[in-house]
Amino acid sequence: MGSTSAQNHEGLGRRDLIKRSAALGLIAVPTMSFLSACASSGGDDAGKDKPKGEKTKDNPFGVAKGGKIDVVVFKGGYGDDYAKAWEASFNKKWDITATHTGTQEITGKLQPRFNAGNPPDIVDDSGAQKIKIDVLAKNGQLLDLAEVLDAPSVDDPAKKVRDTLIPGTIDAGLQEGKVVALNYIYTVWGLWYSGKLFKEKGWTEPKTWDEFMAICKEATAQGIGGLAHQGKYPYYINVAIMDLIAKKGGLDAMKAIDNLDPKAFVGSAAAKEAVEAVYELVEKGYLMAGTNGLTHTESQTRWNQYKAAFITCGSWLENEQLKQTPADFDMKFMPMPLLPGSAMPYEAIRAGSGEPFIIPSKAKNLAEAKEFMRMMLSKEWSTLFAKEANSLTILADGVDPSVKLRPGTQSTVVASKAAGTNTFRYLYTEWYSEMDTEIQNASNELMAKRIQPAEWLKRAQAAVDKAAKDPASKKNHRD
Amino acid sequence: MRKGQYQFVTGFLFIPVALYLVFVIWPYIQTIGYSLTDWKGQSQTFSFVGLDNYVALFQDDVFLGAVWHNILFLVFIPVITILLALFFAFMVNAGGRSRAGGVAGVSGSKFYKVVYFFPQVLSLAILAVLFGAVYRSDTGGMLNGLLLKLGLIDAAEPIEWLNEPDFVLWALMAVVVWHGVGFYLVLFSAAMQSIPRDIYEAALIDGAGRAQSFFRITLPLLWDSVQTAWVYLGIVAMDMFVLVSTMTSGDYGGGPDHHSETMSTVMMRNFLYFGKSGYACAMGVVMLLLTLIVSVVTLRATRRERLEF
Repeated sequence: MGSTSAQNHEGLGRRDLIKRSAALGLIAVPTMSFLSACASSGGDDAGKDKPKGEKTKDNPFGVAKGGKIDVVVFKGGYGDDYAKAWEASFNKKWDITATHTGTQEITGKLQPRFNAGNPPDIVDDSGAQKIKIDVLAKNGQLLDLAEVLDAPSVDDPAKKVRDTLIPGTIDAGLQEGKVVALNYIYTVWGLWYSGKLFKEKGWTEPKTWDEFMAICKEATAQGIGGLAHQGKYPYYINVAIMDLIAKKGGLDAMKAIDNLDPKAFVGSAAAKEAVEAVYELVEKGYLMAGTNGLTHTESQTRWNQYKAAFITCGSWLENEQLKQTPADFDMKFMPMPLLPGSAMPYEAIRAGSGEPFIIPSKAKNLAEAKEFMRMMLSKEWSTLFAKEANSLTILADGVDPSVKLRPGTQSTVVASKAAGTNTFRYLYTEWYSEMDTEIQNASNELMAKRIQPAEWLKRAQAAVDKAAKDPASKKNHRD
Repeated sequence: MRKGQYQFVTGFLFIPVALYLVFVIWPYIQTIGYSLTDWKGQSQTFSFVGLDNYVALFQDDVFLGAVWHNILFLVFIPVITILLALFFAFMVNAGGRSRAGGVAGVSGSKFYKVVYFFPQVLSLAILAVLFGAVYRSDTGGMLNGLLLKLGLIDAAEPIEWLNEPDFVLWALMAVVVWHGVGFYLVLFSAAMQSIPRDIYEAALIDGAGRAQSFFRITLPLLWDSVQTAWVYLGIVAMDMFVLVSTMTSGDYGGGPDHHSETMSTVMMRNFLYFGKSGYACAMGVVMLLLTLIVSVVTLRATRRERLEF
């Protein structure tokens, strides 16, 4: 074999050197990251040596020009073009360069960063792989957003940001008494139908549960299903059950569930009637055939093909189904019909906000992140969002009239105007992941006719009681 | 060996061992450490809780149910897969009516081998989508559509395959078996072809039938391969995460109502969704122990005297 410098034994040969340094490097790199991952102290060096801008009315957080911001957004039904448009506008105003990440794998990408104390500056924490807000909050990883909400609004510095929002929309971000997530998109939940199908069949929007059942009966007789739901994800049928409970029993019935009342379900007349009403659909065979096992896209597409009269969903439905919806489908939203003797009027809807934006408490560029969020709640950025993502934001009158809305979104605007202050919003889904999952499981069994309403109530109550025993649950309460 | 060569060899051994320590052993040690804490998974603040997580684990009905499902998988997946693979492999290699000594495969056996191997080239994710369409719960599903055409079901009441508590485990098992048989068929075929033909011919002359030559000759000489297959399939049965989490309902699968739960799905849900990461680490440790036990037991129980040929 040829002789190389490695084979003379005077000192370190070239090959040895390369070999050893490579080995060192291989070990050193992961070890370093482990060490830094394990170091739980010393996270407070955020922005220590950074230049600070002067705090003024137009610059309440003291943002300096020429800085950086690290933005991560969920790239789901709304895409991420809106965020890119925001970042461009942010750069124009503050000369701040944004690192943009659009992804569906929020947990996979961000969990290690949270653990290492190196999170991004602002995150749209959404989608199937979002990090649960209650989990992040319990770990002290979220910034209290009060500072942003109390800052002067971009459009009208005389007003605070929180006074420019649709009432009630920031409640969804409450954890342990603080707003730690800004749910940015205005969402309504309820039933949806095709205006075209209803016109053809001569049906009108049912206002009472009896009228609703009558249409389901007629539809079933004609070979169309009555109600479709996204069976693989029982979240959606819970919208129907829980909305019926709230409308029948009023806000108190809803708050009893959120506040983990020992009689939230068992012993609640509203809950009993609501579950029995939904079960009647199952018993009488008014569900779209096979809907219990379908995914959200499968069942929604069947509904778009006129295989069912109604479906339960939130207002992202139209954007999600854009490609599958026939041009003349005329998508329409309606509130949940009323059970006899309901406490709330028919117009009452579950309304609130979705798509939570968070600022990690250990973000490196806190001032920039806060300013970014403040600008999200300006008319300019809200209109950018409506244009790119086809949806409304929680900013009151936040969309420029020049933006034309689709029929489904338009019908939600009409419905929320009619509802006025008669809106409600459950918070247990954001507060108690485990309880939510268990109630969903029970609903799945109910819809498949494997348990009866009495058993559903028992199981839902058991889930509530279990959550109430968790010491962390004492911190959440709503009045 | 000269002195320099020792250094050279040690240098090269050092790297793989170090890599193994850092990327395999150290994470395990970390997991064991975390399993004794109430770590919530999103920050490095936690406190030591001793064996609390393990105590809770043995009172957790969902997890215990999942263990039971894994055991069912462990019993049925290897047995069914290996039996089918052996049967097909024997047919392909020695099942034909050949005039020349009776030890040829059925006609077209090369073609069958390729066809049988096909499922193996599909990734599990594709498999999940594929069988999602087969098991779809309305009449748009392949199975339901077929049954409807045959007049066996009513269009208003299709079978919700993956939403049937009594059926969901078997539906999942069918997918794994379908996926695995082809691979083990090829593995067993290769082993069978290395068995000398004159042994078969001698048996044939002595008047052995097909069954006899299989049980007396083929199977004993194939034992090493069967043993390997058993261990691999046992590990598959202990995991099952991809299929269960994508095909069944619930966060990370496991539905309906925990009827298809496996240890890995319960673990992932607790780890990422409920923020009970310390608890999930305890599950991980239990899974590690069970998998180790299964591998050791399988290797021991299937040990036979080695036959030489």
